[in-house]
Amino acid sequence: MSPADPLLRATALQKSFGSNQVLKSIDLSIDSGLVVALVGPSGSGKTTVLRCLNGLETPDGGTVAFRGGPALDFGPKVSKKDALSLRDRSAMVFQTYNLFPHMTVLENVVEGPVQVQKQPRREAIANAERLLARVGLADKRDDHPFNLSGGQQQRVGIVRALALQPDLLLFDEPTSALDPELVGEVLTVIKELAEEDWTMVIVTHELAFAREVADEVVFMDDGVVVEHGHPDQVLRNPRHERTRRFVDRLLNPF
Amino acid sequence: MDWDLVLSSFWPMLSGGLTATIPLALASFALGLLLALVIALMRISGQPVLSAIARFYVSVIRGTPLLVQLFVIFYGLPSLGVTIDPWPSAIIAFSLNVAGYAAEILRAAILSVPKGQWEAGHTIGMSRTLTLRRVILPQAARVSVPPLSNTFISLVKDTSLASLILVGELFREAQQIAAFSQQFMVVYIEAAAIYWVFCLVLSVGQSALEKRLDRYVAR
Repeated sequence: MSPADPLLRATALQKSFGSNQVLKSIDLSIDSGLVVALVGPSGSGKTTVLRCLNGLETPDGGTVAFRGGPALDFGPKVSKKDALSLRDRSAMVFQTYNLFPHMTVLENVVEGPVQVQKQPRREAIANAERLLARVGLADKRDDHPFNLSGGQQQRVGIVRALALQPDLLLFDEPTSALDPELVGEVLTVIKELAEEDWTMVIVTHELAFAREVADEVVFMDDGVVVEHGHPDQVLRNPRHERTRRFVDRLLNPF
Repeated sequence: MDWDLVLSSFWPMLSGGLTATIPLALASFALGLLLALVIALMRISGQPVLSAIARFYVSVIRGTPLLVQLFVIFYGLPSLGVTIDPWPSAIIAFSLNVAGYAAEILRAAILSVPKGQWEAGHTIGMSRTLTLRRVILPQAARVSVPPLSNTFISLVKDTSLASLILVGELFREAQQIAAFSQQFMVVYIEAAAIYWVFCLVLSVGQSALEKRLDRYVAR
């Protein structure tokens, strides 16, 4: 693929859990430096798409290709090693943070760079300190996660992903587990990353945030992409009835 | 009460405790724990054959008396041409036995770590093995300290069975002194008291270890 190609292209992704077909056939193309918001009702398969891109789930069929990498065909037989190679290109920020409770904030952040990427420890620490300072947590480096608020934990979660320098950042409902007054601090960090040209896919229910930050909104329902396009178009002027109903419900819950 | 006997028998018994009971328990526990980890991992591997072997092992160990296991190894194996000295026999039997119980404890402890921790390890690029070592086991260790301490304390007392295969541990010393002096009550109560003190010390150690491992966990 040439540099003009998208950073990531997924075609015809399928995934079933038992008899429940969660992803029917998903096509997704993500350009470098863009922010894609993945929205849709719960159960629509958004999170599963994200997990497939990160190798946390193995699709039953379809292809995933990162620019400069092989096109992985999740046909009948895909080698485990190939499937796991996806993890080298992307990193996930989880809804429930999933920080390592037995490690300090700093240890959480340097764990991947040191243990996986074999960076020199001193270099990894310097980088981690710089990133922590950026999200306003420099003074928390030696604390353990349980001493932090949810918003602080999620900012550490973001820094842990950033420290790996992935090509693609994946956010799985990053603010859904937070108290409302803590949502802002996390969204602010994500917005700053967007301005720095990180490529991101964000599964979110914060439509106002999606409209402000995303370059593209993908609306999913029932295992398929119903429509995608510019946020103003998809969220203000949806083409499809299903999208319209979803947006109405979120904007007018009562 | 024959205080002279109490005093004169104290040192042989204590030294049997310090030079045999405790080392026997420590060595068997360390080896047993290693084997237990292997069995626990086999059990949760998701591979039907490995998992079945692990289940069978735990079932046999827990379903047969420790004394019988000890006798099979020390008195039984020689008839197959395998003769093992008392000390190694005791260590083998106790390790195999501890492994059966500790495997179940470790399995439960590993499974008690939330799935999100595995995923967090994977998303930063760790393999299953590395995630297990760096993320899961340290957290499982905290959960398993109380039940493993119980197992260890039981083991310390169970080492008295080694007296029956001629290991000169605390209880064998007691038996010899009792037979010689014919003061069974005094000597055996004294032996019991020494075991009790050993176990008290271990309990204190357990609390300290639990406190240490609990430092960073919200309650």
